[in-house]
Amino acid sequence: MSSITGDDVTIGHDEAHAHDDHDHKPEGFLARWVFTTNHKDIGTLYLVFALLMFFIGGSMAMVIRAELFMPGLQLVEPDFFNQMTTMHALIMVFGAVMPAWVGFANWMIPLMVGAPDMALPRMNNWSFWILPFAFTMLLSTLFMDSGGPAAGWTLYPPLSLQTGDSFAFVVFAVHMMGISSIMGAINIIATIMNMRAPGMTLLRMPLFVWTWLITAYLLIAVMPVLAGAVTMLLTDHFFGTSFFNAAGGGDPVMFQHIFWFFGHPEVYIMILPAFGVVSEILPTFSRKPLFGYAAMVYATASIAFLSFIVWAHHMFTVGMPLEGELFFMYATMLIAVPTGVKVFNWVSTMWKGSMTFETPMLFSIGFVVLFTIGGLSGLMLAISASDLQYHDTYFVVAHFHYVLVPGAVFTLMAGAYYWLPKWSGNMYSERWGKIHFWLSTISVNVLFFPQHYLGLAGMPRRIPDYAPQFADFNMWSSLGGFAFGLSQLIFVGVVIHCVFFSKQKATAQVWEGAKGLEWTVPSPAPHHTFTTPPKVTAGMVAHADDH
Amino acid sequence: MKKQNTFIVGLAVLVAVSVAFWLMLVAPMYTGNEINMTRGVSSLSREHYSLHMIILWVCAVIGILVFTAMFTSIVLHRKSKGHEPAQFSHSTKAEIVWTIIPVLILIAMAIPATSALVKMETPTGAEMTVKVTGFQWKWKYEYLEDEVGFVSTLAADSNAARQLGSGIDPTSVDNYLLAVDKPLVLPVGRKIKFLITADDVIHAWWVPAFGWKRDAVPGFINEAWVRIDEPGTYRGQCAELCGKDHGFMPIVVEAVEEDEYVAWVESQTVAHVAATEEAQRAWDFDELMDRGESVYASQCATCHQDDGQGLAPAFPALAGSTVATGPLEEHIRVVLEGREGTAMQAFGDLLTPSDIAAALTYTRNAFGNETGDVVQPSDIAGINKG
Repeated sequence: MSSITGDDVTIGHDEAHAHDDHDHKPEGFLARWVFTTNHKDIGTLYLVFALLMFFIGGSMAMVIRAELFMPGLQLVEPDFFNQMTTMHALIMVFGAVMPAWVGFANWMIPLMVGAPDMALPRMNNWSFWILPFAFTMLLSTLFMDSGGPAAGWTLYPPLSLQTGDSFAFVVFAVHMMGISSIMGAINIIATIMNMRAPGMTLLRMPLFVWTWLITAYLLIAVMPVLAGAVTMLLTDHFFGTSFFNAAGGGDPVMFQHIFWFFGHPEVYIMILPAFGVVSEILPTFSRKPLFGYAAMVYATASIAFLSFIVWAHHMFTVGMPLEGELFFMYATMLIAVPTGVKVFNWVSTMWKGSMTFETPMLFSIGFVVLFTIGGLSGLMLAISASDLQYHDTYFVVAHFHYVLVPGAVFTLMAGAYYWLPKWSGNMYSERWGKIHFWLSTISVNVLFFPQHYLGLAGMPRRIPDYAPQFADFNMWSSLGGFAFGLSQLIFVGVVIHCVFFSKQKATAQVWEGAKGLEWTVPSPAPHHTFTTPPKVTAGMVAHADDH
Repeated sequence: MKKQNTFIVGLAVLVAVSVAFWLMLVAPMYTGNEINMTRGVSSLSREHYSLHMIILWVCAVIGILVFTAMFTSIVLHRKSKGHEPAQFSHSTKAEIVWTIIPVLILIAMAIPATSALVKMETPTGAEMTVKVTGFQWKWKYEYLEDEVGFVSTLAADSNAARQLGSGIDPTSVDNYLLAVDKPLVLPVGRKIKFLITADDVIHAWWVPAFGWKRDAVPGFINEAWVRIDEPGTYRGQCAELCGKDHGFMPIVVEAVEEDEYVAWVESQTVAHVAATEEAQRAWDFDELMDRGESVYASQCATCHQDDGQGLAPAFPALAGSTVATGPLEEHIRVVLEGREGTAMQAFGDLLTPSDIAAALTYTRNAFGNETGDVVQPSDIAGINKG
């Protein structure tokens, strides 16, 4: 507490407590969870849903790695293998990572900016409850006669148009996910723009709030583009249009341009909130303000801007004009600059701190190291001439899994451990948290690092079987995959133990070095917080004010 | 004293991080596995390889420096060692430095990257042209200056071994999944232009030894080129997901000396003439059934299966089907023109009239189908023209 009650700080939570003591939680399961408009309960719903999807998508990855354990087909037919790779990606991207971040946003943004709830609580309820229906529909295609989508999550035509009647369900599921995401994004922008407590100026907001604000704009900009692209696929498939059919005057490559105009900002939608979480956790456990706060905000905005003008670097082999290839190569290389600023600032935040290594810190450090590896291989992929070799090989698979698994997923874990005591009021088992971290870190590298070698040696991606010279590293990769999958069960155990069984109560402050409004409310955070807005002054957030 | 401490620890960490990088990037080569991009056999591939190595080492050095700083801090600046936190929160000078330096590195990288790309995209002055067409799941090659063209599919032994639960050990098969029935034969030393397209969905033609891959897009023609330096056999695969057998449509190039190539073209032209004559004579039933069985095995069985039972729901059975036992002309049209919106492709440009006639005769008289029809190559040629 000493860190925030010093000098000129006024805290509004004394009044808030008086009110929060009787919680007003709705009685009964239906009223509490299905009809809820409470940002914390909706946040919990999002997070539980995302975790469920993480395991469903993960089990598909286990099927993939099991089939690739050795050369030859042992377990599944190639078409089912393709359904697995397609569904794994769709589930992980739209069902696990994105909803998990919206869950964090729901829980933390009102607490971080001193708002009593999200700006649009009923819409908040709706944007969550669309998701279970969307994913039930998506998953149901696996049990339909024509099978699930098998053309890759990128749904490139003409191949995706060969999907049977189940394709309509896929398209409609994507529409629903998009509606959910757009509503979530509108809600986040409305909350941040209108509901900040007095004194919470824009450049005093925690970095997690900033990164989510920018992410929300990306979502609103690109989800309609995806919706348009899949709608054109729908009409090409069922209503005889020829948007992407060359024989009818269309262009299959146009789909790729439209898809990646959505798809590249999409990868930043998944990683920008991760940058925010790490920028909260590193200062806490280094007991030192975030280094270069303003530069971090501007770097995030630059990355978001650049994400709109680099899409065709996913398409260097498609046959673009030379000038186009050069433009997209240069623009992509530029992204390394703001991303580098971020990494350097994180290291500088740790430099000369007073570090301790609780589980959230371990996952954040793991993120900085492994995300940097993924970022560097991204720089390699930007070099379009050598990308003519890298493209569509396991080198690419290794690259994007490095930025998404030890990138986005590790920070989701870090954030979950960091705020779990605030959410549940109990401390989790630090011992098991650390075991989870070390097993995950070792196995994730055994899983993905050898894939760099496989790709460079010439193994294409999305193949169910491979030539025997790729056998050794595939076996390593599969073993790492199984170990990583099993390690995540520890996380479930830790969460269940923490929420329902842990005897160790969390204080309001939780972490010695933590700063920010969320640590001024009791643990667990009461059902209603900040019904009277707190007054925010310098020194209350995890960065210095004199940037 | 304290500065010195930081320096010594930093040095130790630098060594440790460098060893870790060496273990990740160099040591795996000693396992006997290929772990790096091939240098290849063309000027393009060597250029792409050296670009790859430059950017790889740039990244490795950046990684080593960043991780050294980070782990030095992790070793020294711990609460458990009683380190008091500093409270600095920014340094304009440092931030300018680490913005400018990466920009300079990127500019330095962009120069060779640009020149390599310009070279790649200059297919002018080619001495011969090969048209490559991707089909689900085979490649068709046409030598545009000569009367030579053929379809190249996965070799039969690989195809048998790759079936689910085949029981055949892949390591016992020669070049498992990387062998074809008819390789693409090319001369060394000539600048060869490729015109790359596809018939059904998008494929990508990739031979790593040539240094590039290029998408085969239906309705569009992409260009690329190579000048092969050394004779040899170079293997590659389709690199764009194209459906269930995407992993089973390899590419094999036999690069031969000029005189050997000229002789090969000669022999192919003779074979082409023989095939034309073959299509004009009348065949007897047994002859058609024999040829039909092998055509069926290489072209049809992937989807319709060896026993003609198909794979529901996408690939219908031929045994007892209304098409294979119905009116002959409709059956011929389906085979020649394909079925829109399904995986059934148009074989009219893919196979010779003799092969199509044989396959049709076979499917109408095998798997319990008893039409008794004998389809002649001339029947096919007639409909194909109409």
